[in-house]
Amino acid sequence: MTANPSPPSEAPLALKVVGITKRFGALLANDQIDLELRAGEILAILGENGAGKTTLMNILFGHYVPDQGQVWVLGRPLKLGSPAAALAAGIGMVHQHVVLADNLSVLDNILLGTQPLWHLWSRRRERRRRIQKLAEELGLAVDPDALVGSLTLGERQRVEILKVLYRGARILILDEPTAVLTPPEIEPFFHTLRQMAGRGLGILLISHKLQEVMRISDRVMVLRSGRVVMTGKTAEIHPAALAEAMVGQRLAAVVKAPLSPGETVLELQQVSCGVLERVSLTVRRHEIVGIAGVAGNGQSVLADLVCGVIRPQQGHLHLYGRVLRLISPAEMVRQGMARIPEDRHKTGLIGSLSLWENWVIERYRDPEFSRWGILRHRQIYQQAYTWLQTYDVRGLQGEDPRRALQMPVQLLSGGNMQKVILSRELCRDPQVIVAHQPTRGLDLGAVAYVHTQLLAAARAGAGILLISEDLDELLSLADRVAVLYRGRLSPAAPTHTTTVTALGLRMTGQEVADAC
Amino acid sequence: MRVELRSTVPLWLILSAPMAAIALAFLSCSLLILWTGSPVLAAYGALLRGAVGSPFALSETLTRAVPLILTGLAVAVCFRAKLWNIGAEGQFYGGALAASLLGTGELSLPRPGLVLVLLLAGWIAGGLLLWIPAWLKTQFQVDEVVTTLLLNFVILLGISYLLEGPLKDPLALGWPQGRALVESALLPRLIPRSRLHAGFIIALLAALGVWAIEQFTVWGLEMRAVGANPEAAKFLGIPVQGVILYTSLLGGGLAGLAGACELLGLKGYLTLDLSPGFGYTGIVVALLAQLHPLGVVGAAVFIAGVYVGADTMGRSLGVPTYLADVIVAAALLWMLVCMGLARYRLRWD
Repeated sequence: MTANPSPPSEAPLALKVVGITKRFGALLANDQIDLELRAGEILAILGENGAGKTTLMNILFGHYVPDQGQVWVLGRPLKLGSPAAALAAGIGMVHQHVVLADNLSVLDNILLGTQPLWHLWSRRRERRRRIQKLAEELGLAVDPDALVGSLTLGERQRVEILKVLYRGARILILDEPTAVLTPPEIEPFFHTLRQMAGRGLGILLISHKLQEVMRISDRVMVLRSGRVVMTGKTAEIHPAALAEAMVGQRLAAVVKAPLSPGETVLELQQVSCGVLERVSLTVRRHEIVGIAGVAGNGQSVLADLVCGVIRPQQGHLHLYGRVLRLISPAEMVRQGMARIPEDRHKTGLIGSLSLWENWVIERYRDPEFSRWGILRHRQIYQQAYTWLQTYDVRGLQGEDPRRALQMPVQLLSGGNMQKVILSRELCRDPQVIVAHQPTRGLDLGAVAYVHTQLLAAARAGAGILLISEDLDELLSLADRVAVLYRGRLSPAAPTHTTTVTALGLRMTGQEVADAC
Repeated sequence: MRVELRSTVPLWLILSAPMAAIALAFLSCSLLILWTGSPVLAAYGALLRGAVGSPFALSETLTRAVPLILTGLAVAVCFRAKLWNIGAEGQFYGGALAASLLGTGELSLPRPGLVLVLLLAGWIAGGLLLWIPAWLKTQFQVDEVVTTLLLNFVILLGISYLLEGPLKDPLALGWPQGRALVESALLPRLIPRSRLHAGFIIALLAALGVWAIEQFTVWGLEMRAVGANPEAAKFLGIPVQGVILYTSLLGGGLAGLAGACELLGLKGYLTLDLSPGFGYTGIVVALLAQLHPLGVVGAAVFIAGVYVGADTMGRSLGVPTYLADVIVAAALLWMLVCMGLARYRLRWD
């Protein structure tokens, strides 16, 4: 918390926001928000999903025009509603979902849009040197000639930050920057942030992760339902008070009751596929087996494999003790497997389709929901409505059920989308559940909800394979944890015998390498 | 006053967008009429008269709408599943060729039987013609925009060869046209002394059928899902490749049916001027209807009306009939604008 050598209060004011108000229809997204950011300071804006963080950032960056309020950058008023003006004033934004051109190199991505069109020379060598110098100074190591499409999400984020700094940003806005980072990447990233702050940049960090905010920020501001409910120096605030301010109430910790595992439901025997090398794994009834690991070590392949999207090149998949000959997503569903994919937007749901369509999309061929190819709408509506309500999907209450179910699922918030998936997957009492990063990007309330539901499913008799990069999540939920490193899976060790540090070491290959 | 994005577009707005687009199309094209030196109102009056001003005009418009409804459906069905079918023109001729091969005396069946067989043959021919690009797409990721578009020329040139050679009617005084269909192969006329034929009923039934498929069946759900997000559809267990293949049989089949109907209902023999680009106009019809199968009927009748009415306008006032193409194109462009605008709303404080 002693991030800066100079006390922030003496540094010049980088950003001043007064009375920002923004309404979307009936929703008051931002209500009279005031904010001050000094040069060299890291200010964290904390809040649950839907608290108005992203709206505020979009206003600062000119994507939205506020209904009221003013913004000064470095003492000068900012023309609102113009990204170009925000850029020119020195505001740089790094979005949560990185926006880069996959088929261009890192260098080209950074230079894109900065080169005057009428120059015959692009002076690439000079620019390249400048970028490399900038990268070295800030510890943002990345190969300038690599194609962006081949980079990990963490590396892409570095490119995005470099791009913003290269354009001369004085104020850096980072929207959930650690969401795409793996645990070992986070510490160096924080180091970079401090260095940037040390060079006089004002940094606005949007987050809903308490621990991170406590560790990195100088000051913190909590938003709830569009209002500032708390501001202060991070060092002087207790984390519990922050959590309470964020949620508006005390959160009960998820309690895991001990269960004795039953027979094996899912088994992988010496499975090789893509980066995976002879992976063996068993999941028993009433048991949650966690897979830890840094993204890109084979988690996606493992998840796709178990979900039936791809077939093993070698080895076998057993379900309920039998070898699976036919492997396809539909077959997995038929076998009673619930699959919660990593990316809600890309694979979990079909955004432009309605709630009922998304709810029934895995089972519309069941005699219960269609006969002779004709959908039984009444049955579907009734079941979907009941189950979506059971899983607490908001936005359904009070309205005509048929109309509410016609709403495109993309209009829901992230947490509600995940609840739609949970409702679809868990309502049929699955025997096996594969959950890949089930709480990524969710707010505290939604995370607790997902965890409670998974534990309830395990109690009801499901075997759960939980692939996650969140070590706290794994340690609080899983009975056994295995570590995936470069396509090899360590034996699953009982959770109570492991610690975060031990797992973290194994995730970087240290113990696994020793064992080999 | 502020402009904001709507979360959902209400039905009345979805319905009024095409109306506004059509009005704006006529408004913008009135400048062109002024340029030709004719009075705008009189010209549009003549166009309206020519399109719907008399029972005969109306029957002509509806006759012209028959192939447009079917090709519009062919395109709309495929576009819904993001199968970019630009080949409705070729499928149209494929259907006509199949009907002509079987309907010129080779097959003798009583009347309704023969007509049904010929329509089915047209359907199958059109469907197979789109099935080939769809299969290439699913197996080898070949871009169907290229294959369907280029297949149009393959089919047209192929038919051109057939009509100059093996299929040429010896009694046609050297014209490249096929032999006339047998009497029992022709579709009955709906109204005496007009050209409106039973194909109109077939087109309406097809629109209703497609609407019902999209609305009430698992196949409609599958096509929507694959069109909206193929990756998610695959993950969720939908047989994406199978969906693309049966969509191609449905879409191509509708275009083939259009060709067969035009042959059986209107022309009676195969020629190369059977279609003045119905397949391509089908794309405009589908987009104007926002891919809605019932909207396709309205869009097709509108476009048919513009083309038929433009002839009258041209005859009575000397305004070039090419203006019909301009009006239709302008309507499509304005449609895109209106659809974009419908996503926003104005709010007064």
